[in-house]
Amino acid sequence: MQDVVIETRKLTKIYKRDEFEVVALKEADFTLRRGDFVALMGPSGSGKSTLLHLAAAMDKPTSGSIRVLGEDIAALRDREIAAWRNRHVGFVFQSFNLIPVLTAHENVELPLKLMRMTRQQREEHSRTALELVGLGDRVGHFPRQLSGGQEQRVAIARAIVTDPDLILADEPTGNLDANSAQEVLTLLRRLNEEFGKTVVIVTHDPHAARFARGIRYIEKGELLPEGATPEDWTPATPFAVTTPGNPKSSAQA
Amino acid sequence: MKIPLSYSIRNLAVRRTTTLMTALGIAATVAVLLAVMALAEGLRSAFAATGHPLHVLVTRKGSDSELSSNFERRVFQDLLYKPGIASGSNGQPLASLEMVTVINLPAADNPDGVNVTLRGVGPAGIEMRDLAMPQGRWFESGKREAVVGKSILARFPTAQVGDTLRFGKGEWQIVGVMDGGRSAVNSEVFVDLNQAASDFDRSSVLSSALLRASDELARNALINDLETDQRLNVAARTERDYYASQMVASAPIQFLGTFVAIIMAIGSSFACMNTMYAAVARRSKEIGTLRVLGFSQWSILTAFFLESLALAAIGGLLGIVLVLPLSNVSTAIGSFVSFSEVSFNLSVTPSVMITGLIFALVMGVLGGLLPARMAARKEILNALRDI
Ligand SMILES: Nc1ncnc2c1ncn2[C@@H]1O[C@H](COP(=O)(O)OP(=O)(O)O)[C@@H](O)[C@H]1O
Ligand SMILES: [Mg+2]
Repeated sequence: MQDVVIETRKLTKIYKRDEFEVVALKEADFTLRRGDFVALMGPSGSGKSTLLHLAAAMDKPTSGSIRVLGEDIAALRDREIAAWRNRHVGFVFQSFNLIPVLTAHENVELPLKLMRMTRQQREEHSRTALELVGLGDRVGHFPRQLSGGQEQRVAIARAIVTDPDLILADEPTGNLDANSAQEVLTLLRRLNEEFGKTVVIVTHDPHAARFARGIRYIEKGELLPEGATPEDWTPATPFAVTTPGNPKSSAQA
Repeated sequence: MKIPLSYSIRNLAVRRTTTLMTALGIAATVAVLLAVMALAEGLRSAFAATGHPLHVLVTRKGSDSELSSNFERRVFQDLLYKPGIASGSNGQPLASLEMVTVINLPAADNPDGVNVTLRGVGPAGIEMRDLAMPQGRWFESGKREAVVGKSILARFPTAQVGDTLRFGKGEWQIVGVMDGGRSAVNSEVFVDLNQAASDFDRSSVLSSALLRASDELARNALINDLETDQRLNVAARTERDYYASQMVASAPIQFLGTFVAIIMAIGSSFACMNTMYAAVARRSKEIGTLRVLGFSQWSILTAFFLESLALAAIGGLLGIVLVLPLSNVSTAIGSFVSFSEVSFNLSVTPSVMITGLIFALVMGVLGGLLPARMAARKEILNALRDI
């Protein structure tokens, strides 16, 4: 068991679009320890999602290194990445991303299909996860029959059903009303406190960030040092974005 | 198969209108193919059921059909003494001199009338064919009397027992109905040979001879003997072979039907592909999500490919259901060889159905492969970004 869950060194991601280059993440040094619960904050287009995607091996860095749970994920092959992610990372999306044609139970059970498990074991795990998020009575419901808050809780159940070490949530409350947001954040907090899960959430909302144990800020692709806030920080070098970020991508969490 | 099949099936159910439209296209294609096959199958069984295995049909050399054969009475007399011919109940050789021509009967569905085979036969010709007589009696020799096949009865309202038909030099009375099982005889009209020969002025030049050999060995020897006898100048083959060769009658229809089915299949494959491309585009975010959950590109490919196959299978089954009622439909086809109609039943056999299903699945494969590949090749982040 590694004590360090995420460790990046000079992690950089540059998106090339036609002639333009967008430096989405610039030489970020980020260390996340087991049991941490960190909120990533920053304005739209600052690179929060990019960092999360790199940590979940959904994308490859342009330069720099990233180790997650001791694994050099940039070196893994596609097939290995899929299996690794299934086992070690639970990802929660802003817009829940449940499969509409599957019931809550089937959605939660889905990641278990990739594991060596009997049908009965899968059912047990899925029920446990749904009960944990307080939806033990909604197993047979389809996503459209659930409220947004309930959908997000099913999505969290799906993210934790494989018992991953790391939970990454990209603006998990972005599409929720205040009450549902509160429930979801409380749940994430509980997963961290009671079950020792390491959690990173991306959020705009200072209130949401307070549920985390620590806050890290990103400004225009630069990860601020631990403890620094945007007010007391001035970039060492002028920011190197050659073109403003694509508005569509920036709007995206 | 990591992604459950129910995922693919339910997605088809969710967009049921598109699914149904695409499936109906496939169904229509399968139905056309199956109808053609049922027709061929029906014809095959009609012709295969015609003819006794020991019967040898003799025509003049160079004639493909009895209709175009000029067979002289003199030659028939010579044939009778060939070895290997079986004897009938009266001790005479089982050999029948026959005259075949075509007459036109008014049909309910065809104002111009329909050509039907008229066959002049003697007592031996009747004895040799195993014919039941569900109605009436046989014609008497020397009279203008006719016996019609039972398919004629069903198809021509003015050709019932008691009706008269005009052909040759006068009016012929229908005195009976014959039933030759599933054979082509059911579509023919039988009359007395000598009366017919005189009515059509063909007393010395008739059409063919039908011989019954005593056994298979004798049959083969007889055919060989007849074929090689320069003096006789005749062609001989088993009656079965003769009718099987008449199958070519359905070749143009089969060709056309198959051609249409293939054109439709290309259209249906594209329709299927279109539907699946739309599904891939619409479910882009879902594909990204599945990938994030740990499903491989291969799993995604399989799920979409199976969805396409399931769609095609629905179409195939619908197509089979569409043609199933044809199974007991009796129809007639104009024979291009004998210039007359032959009636038969379409038969939608299990093997025909399986072929239809396979045909549908081929459309599913053709339509599904590219969209499934596109689904599998999406970059996770691009897939997730699409709404
Ligand atoms: N696939 C991409 N292609 C091009 N530019 C991208 C892509 N993804 C993100 N970006 C750009 O990278 C920057 C950071 O994006 P992102 O990490 O999504 O920001 P955040 O999540 O903080 O809003 C933005 O300027 C965005 O436009
Ligand atoms: Mg973002």
